[in-house]
Amino acid sequence: MNKNGNLSVLTKGILKENPVFILILGTCPTLATTNNVIGAFGMGIAALAVLVCSNILISLLRKIIPDNVRIPCYIVIIAGFVTIVEMVVKAFFPALYEMLGVYLALITVNCIILGRAEMFASKNNVVRSALDGLGMGIGFTLALCAMATIREVLGAGSFAGIAIPFMTDYKIEFFIKAPGGMLVYGLLIALVYKITSGKGPKKREFSCNGCPSAQYCSNGSCAKEVE
Amino acid sequence: MELFKSLIVILLSSVLLNNYVLSRFLGICPFLGVSKKLDQAVGMGVSVTAVMLLATAVTWPIQYFVLERFGLGYTQTIVFILVIAALVQMLENLLKKFSPSLHKGLGVYLPLITTNCAVLGVAINNITDGYNFLESMVSSLGVGLGFLLAMVLFSGVRSRIDESEVPESFKGLAVTLIAASFISLAFMGFAGIVDNLFA
Repeated sequence: MNKNGNLSVLTKGILKENPVFILILGTCPTLATTNNVIGAFGMGIAALAVLVCSNILISLLRKIIPDNVRIPCYIVIIAGFVTIVEMVVKAFFPALYEMLGVYLALITVNCIILGRAEMFASKNNVVRSALDGLGMGIGFTLALCAMATIREVLGAGSFAGIAIPFMTDYKIEFFIKAPGGMLVYGLLIALVYKITSGKGPKKREFSCNGCPSAQYCSNGSCAKEVE
Repeated sequence: MELFKSLIVILLSSVLLNNYVLSRFLGICPFLGVSKKLDQAVGMGVSVTAVMLLATAVTWPIQYFVLERFGLGYTQTIVFILVIAALVQMLENLLKKFSPSLHKGLGVYLPLITTNCAVLGVAINNITDGYNFLESMVSSLGVGLGFLLAMVLFSGVRSRIDESEVPESFKGLAVTLIAASFISLAFMGFAGIVDNLFA
């Protein structure tokens, strides 16, 4: 593993290995919940909570979980935390619960969380895993909020539900609809690539390394993609 | 007749109107990952449809006859994902044993499906939408077919992208997403078509 300090473990998720724009993980919630800033922020925080908790627990159990059944074990741990987060959101933020709907339960199958469990938490100690989860979660939240800001300001003429005087007259509804999300995401990935001038990890194609199923399909469709 | 009509509406609206990939963003990962060649796209689409039907056939009775009956509704997420994971594994083993040729064609896609959010999504949505068993099965079939349709259409678009010259920054996922955006835009044209089908 890298010998860098704990601080870099925390910060790499925010910029250098941003899960959304560089590692390209967790595309589904990224596209689905970014049509308004509040939903995106809520989704980011919910995923962050699950990510930190599951990273800590998986790191604690990394010597106990047998290697060949680790993926089902991770899924159960993650699903447990997702259920807790779901109940908390339902109890304290019912409006957010309505807004996120099924996507809240679908944090279970979010590639970021399984990916980090597989790539990081299963190989590192508790403190580093917690920091990694925190960094990745913050990076995820920030990326989601950035994308949601673009989409909400252009598409609905408001920011976090507060109308912006001039923008409301010229709102382009395309951006808060499904195709607008894909377009903005595509453009942002291109922009991030341009800014980092390709120095980030070379993951131009859809990522297989982070895919928790990659281990199973070494001779399958994914391997052909990676070639 | 009324029943038949309502089933057709559910089927068509989940294929065209509420296409999971293009308007609800579920199952984006395989949509972007495995849509490069037509045969792969078809294989993945068919596998997903089969798993969705099977998952609904199992999760719907579990929800109503076990979870709700014993007041365990809050364990829905955990139970469903475990059931789906076990189901996929079982299907793969059965295919391997009884139909090696089919396993060769579809088996490679099966492990990928466990963590496909569209499968868990359709199982949960069928419950939240309050569908009965028949409606749930039709809705799962529709979602699966919609996924297959999107994959097949998109594999055609991607083969065109591969042949064209793309600016350096846009290579790879960026241009793929933008192309997907246009297909999704085209699907928005179906809005209203299902509501007026029997009007």
